[in-house]
Amino acid sequence: MSTACPECNAAIPLEVNTLMGEILVCPDCGAELEVTALAPPALALAPREEEDWGE
Amino acid sequence: MRIALLMSRLRVEEKWLMQAMEARGLAYDRIDDGEAIFDLATGPGAWASYDVILIRSLSYMRGLYAARVLNSWGIPTVNSAAVTAICGDKLITSAALARAGVPQPRMRMAFSPASALQAIEELGYPVVLKPVVGSWGRLLSKVNDRDAAEALLEHKETLGSSQHSIFYIQEYVAKPGRDIRALVLGDQTVAAIYRKSPHWITNTARGGQGESCPVTPELTEICMAAARAVGGGVLAIDVLEDPQRGFLVNEVNHSMEFHTAVPTTSVDIPGMVIDYVVDVASPRGTDASVASGHRVALPTNSIASRR
Repeated sequence: MSTACPECNAAIPLEVNTLMGEILVCPDCGAELEVTALAPPALALAPREEEDWGE
Repeated sequence: MRIALLMSRLRVEEKWLMQAMEARGLAYDRIDDGEAIFDLATGPGAWASYDVILIRSLSYMRGLYAARVLNSWGIPTVNSAAVTAICGDKLITSAALARAGVPQPRMRMAFSPASALQAIEELGYPVVLKPVVGSWGRLLSKVNDRDAAEALLEHKETLGSSQHSIFYIQEYVAKPGRDIRALVLGDQTVAAIYRKSPHWITNTARGGQGESCPVTPELTEICMAAARAVGGGVLAIDVLEDPQRGFLVNEVNHSMEFHTAVPTTSVDIPGMVIDYVVDVASPRGTDASVASGHRVALPTNSIASRR
């Protein structure tokens, strides 16, 4: 399955075992994307790193 | 037994943890912390259906507040709110380590640029300034001289939030091009890696490369002391090698990542974490024996410890 990058509209193939919430990087524009739906597949820009994120 | 995995982002760590739970036939629910709601007036509601909650929030604040509320309802979390509160704040961690006599770099705390400058010059250049809450090597500053100190302190006070005016000042330790990341589960140091970098910041998030590190008795001793000092649990302890003083504990992390440590050490860290989580929820009391064979110490917020 594939869907389009919300930033640059590049076609992005998704693996069959893709999970909701996975983070991908658009191979064209480098945007960090989050899988927000699987049927049909959809991507959104991943939330930006916050000041208190980490370990 | 039912486990909840409270998470923000599906990283490889969360995938591995879910796979470990599935391999063990454990029932679990994945909960997005961005969608979670806690009704403090009514009570836990559906949260009470879980025997334990593994908190993997990317946000320190979300994880801490979730743990606080859940623990107040008697629902155990890994890690507990008390441990999370200590480990997520470098100043509180340093205070806990100092109280327990755990070797760590010399450090000072100050609240104004003037007093911070005095504290810096008491330690002597170079020093490292860190935000009290932060991770992944963000906003760390190596300050080599007074000019840099004055500029940095002014910028932090002016441009940062109020938290950036809590100055955490640490001596710069001349480590040998690497530091050690040790992974502790309960009363065991299960794995360790060197994080090597030509840069003084060695976080793998900043390009540090992992290499297997032997878990020696000496390393185990300081890691266990640090883990006890903060309350114990699932911890990632950063250790520096000082040429004169030996091992010094730099930080204790409460929400470990292990995507480098697992392939580097071949240790089944996600499996061990799940075994620990299961023990937290175990109804067998404070017995140190564990179904998987790994000895662990139950945290004080566990259901078992309250029965």
